[in-house]
Amino acid sequence: MSKKLMQAVMFTLFRLLSLMVVCILFSIVGFIAYRGLAVLRPQFITGLPENGMTEGGIFPAIVGTLCLMTGSLLIAFPVGLLSGIYVSEFAPDNRLKRFIQIMTNSLAGTPSIIFGLFGMALFVNQLGFGDSILAGSLTLAILVLPVIIRSTEESLNAVNPAIRQASYALGATRWQTVYRALLPLALPDILSGLLVSFSRVSGETAPILFTVAAYYLPRMPSSVYDQVMALPYHLYVLSTSGTDPEATRSMAYGTALLLILIVLFFNVLTVLVRRLLSKYVNIK
Amino acid sequence: MKKLFNISNTLITLLIKLCGLISGISVLLIIIFLFSEASGLFNKPSIDQETVIAISKKNTINDPEAIQIKQIFNREIRNWSALGGKPDSILLFRLDDLILYYPADAVTEVPDTMRARINRLFAQHDNLIGYFPASLMPHEFSGRVLRIPNLNVMDFIRGREWIPDARPVNIYGALPLITGTLWVSLLAILIALPLGLAVAIYMVEIAGRNINRILRPAITLLSGIPSIVYGFFGLVVIVPFIQDQFGLPAGESALAGAILLAIMALPTIISISEQAIRNTPQSMKEASYALGASKWQTIHKVMIPFASRGIIASALLGLARAIGETMAVLMVTGNAAVMPSGFLEPVRTIPAAIAAEMGESTQDGLHVKALFALGCILFVITLLINLSVEYMQPRTKKRMML
Repeated sequence: MSKKLMQAVMFTLFRLLSLMVVCILFSIVGFIAYRGLAVLRPQFITGLPENGMTEGGIFPAIVGTLCLMTGSLLIAFPVGLLSGIYVSEFAPDNRLKRFIQIMTNSLAGTPSIIFGLFGMALFVNQLGFGDSILAGSLTLAILVLPVIIRSTEESLNAVNPAIRQASYALGATRWQTVYRALLPLALPDILSGLLVSFSRVSGETAPILFTVAAYYLPRMPSSVYDQVMALPYHLYVLSTSGTDPEATRSMAYGTALLLILIVLFFNVLTVLVRRLLSKYVNIK
Repeated sequence: MKKLFNISNTLITLLIKLCGLISGISVLLIIIFLFSEASGLFNKPSIDQETVIAISKKNTINDPEAIQIKQIFNREIRNWSALGGKPDSILLFRLDDLILYYPADAVTEVPDTMRARINRLFAQHDNLIGYFPASLMPHEFSGRVLRIPNLNVMDFIRGREWIPDARPVNIYGALPLITGTLWVSLLAILIALPLGLAVAIYMVEIAGRNINRILRPAITLLSGIPSIVYGFFGLVVIVPFIQDQFGLPAGESALAGAILLAIMALPTIISISEQAIRNTPQSMKEASYALGASKWQTIHKVMIPFASRGIIASALLGLARAIGETMAVLMVTGNAAVMPSGFLEPVRTIPAAIAAEMGESTQDGLHVKALFALGCILFVITLLINLSVEYMQPRTKKRMML
C-alpha cells in the first residue's frame, strides 16, 4: 500500500473514532439534559421530597451539598494554599519537600472510597463527631487538599523568577514577597484550583456515604453536628434503593442534570475568572 | 512597630510550615487508620466472640478449617469421614433448632435450664455439631469446644470465597473481589486506550485549531462530571442495552461496568496522551518529514514512540481511576461476590463491596474490619500504580488532570 493511501485510511479511521467518542460522551450529557429539563422547575429546586421521594423537590439535598461545599473548602483552602506556598517558596530543596510532594501526589491518586473509610475511622468514630456536616466536610477537605496544593504550587512556580528576585533585592522578607509580589500574579490559577475543588466536592459520593449523608431528612441542618442529605447521594438513593426506582426516575434525571449543571457552572466560571483577571495580571 | 512586624512575620512563617506538615502527614494518617482498623481482623478466629462451636467429646476429629465449618453448616459436607472422623452422618444443631428437640415454650426458659439442655444434647448425640452463645455455656460441658483457626493475611488475600454473613463462621476471602476489580478495570482500559489514543492523535495532528478550542474544554467538563451521574447513565442506558443485546435475565454485569469505566477513563487518557504527543520536539518531526516520511509515518514511527511513556502513564492513571471507582461500578456490575467467570456475569469490585456492605454491617464487628482490610488492598494497588507513574515521568511534565 502506498504511503499516501495508508495515511488517508488511517486519518479517516481516526476521524471516525474521534467522532464516535465525542458523540458517545456528548450523548450522555444530552440524554440526561433532555430527560432532566422537563423536571427542572422552580418547585423541584425549592420543594421538599414528597410521596416516597417520587414527587416534590430536592431542596434539602441542595442545602446539604452547599453546606458540605462551604465547610470543606473553608478548611481545605487555607491549609492547601499555605501548604502550596510552603512547598513552592519556603521549603528548602530537601527530602522533606520531596516527601510532601510525593505524599500530595499519592493523596491525589487515592480512591475516594478510601477517604470515606478514613473519615469514618477518624472523624466519625475516633473523634466522636458522628455522622455530621463536620465529619463530612473534614473528609472532603482532605480529598481536595492536593488539588489546591498543586494549583497553588504550580501557579507560584510559573511566576517569572525575576519578580521574586527583584522583591528579595528590595529587602522584602519571604512572606512579603509571597503576599505582595507573587500571590497577585498567581491569583487566576489559584482561583481556578479553588473552583475545580468546588465542583469536585459537589459531586463526590463515596466519601460522604459513611460520614454525613442521610437517606431522607427533610429539614434544615441546625448545627455542624447534624446529618444532611446531599445531591450525589440523593441521586444514588433515587436510582437504586428508593421504594420504587421506576417512579423516582424523573426525580433522578432532574438531580443528575443539576449535578452536571453545577460542574458546568464552575467550569464556565473558571474560564471567566481567568479572562477577567488576566486583563489585570499580565506580567508573567 | 518593627518588632510587631517581626513577630507577625515569624508567626505566618510558622503557620505556613505547619500547614505543609499537616498536608504531608495526611497520607500517613490515612495509612495508619486504615491498617490499624484492618489489623483487628487478623490473627484471630473469624467468629463473633459471643459464639461457641462444639462437638461431642467422643468425636475424634481435629479442629476443622473455617471453610469446612461453613461447608458443614451448608450441608455440603454431610459425613464425619470427610473430616477424618468415624463414618457417621453429621447432625447439626443451631440454637434455633432447640425447638425441634424441646417444646417451643421450653426454649424461652431461664438460662440454667437451657444450659442443662445443651449439655444433654451434646452428651446424647455422638455425631452432633452445633453453635450457641457463649453465655449459655454449661458449667461442666459434656461436649468439646472447637478451636477456630486464626485468619492470617495470606488466607485473606488468597481466600476464594467472600461470605461475610455466613453463620457461625464468617468467610473472608478477598480473591473474588480482587479479581473482580482487576477484571473490570483492565477490560475498561483495553476499550478506552485505543479510542483515547485515536482522539489524542486526531487532536494533535488532524483537527484544526477551532475544533480543538471546543474539544478541549468539553473534555475537561466531561472529566469533571461526578461518577454518580455516569453510574446513573449506565443504569438507565447501558444495563438495559446489554440485557437486550445478549438476552440476559439482568444486564448488570462485568461488561456493563467495563464499558462505563472506559467512558469515564476516556477524558483522562485523551488529555494526558495528547499532552505527551504534543510534546514531541518540532525538530524530530521536521527531520522525519525531510526524510520523505508522510504525516502518518511520522506519527506512527516518531511521535508515538517519543510519547510512549506519556501514553503508558495515561493508561496507568486511567487504570488507577477505574480500580478506585466506587459509585458507578456499584450501580451497574450487579454485585455478586463470586469469582468472575465471564464478562456477562455479575461481579463485585473492592470499592463497591466497601460501599455496599459498610451500611449493613454492625459497628466494631469483624465485617467492618474486613472491609477496612479490603480498603488496605485497594490503597496499596492504587499507590503502586501512582508511584510507578511518578517514577516514569520526569517531574516537569507532571499530571495535568487529576
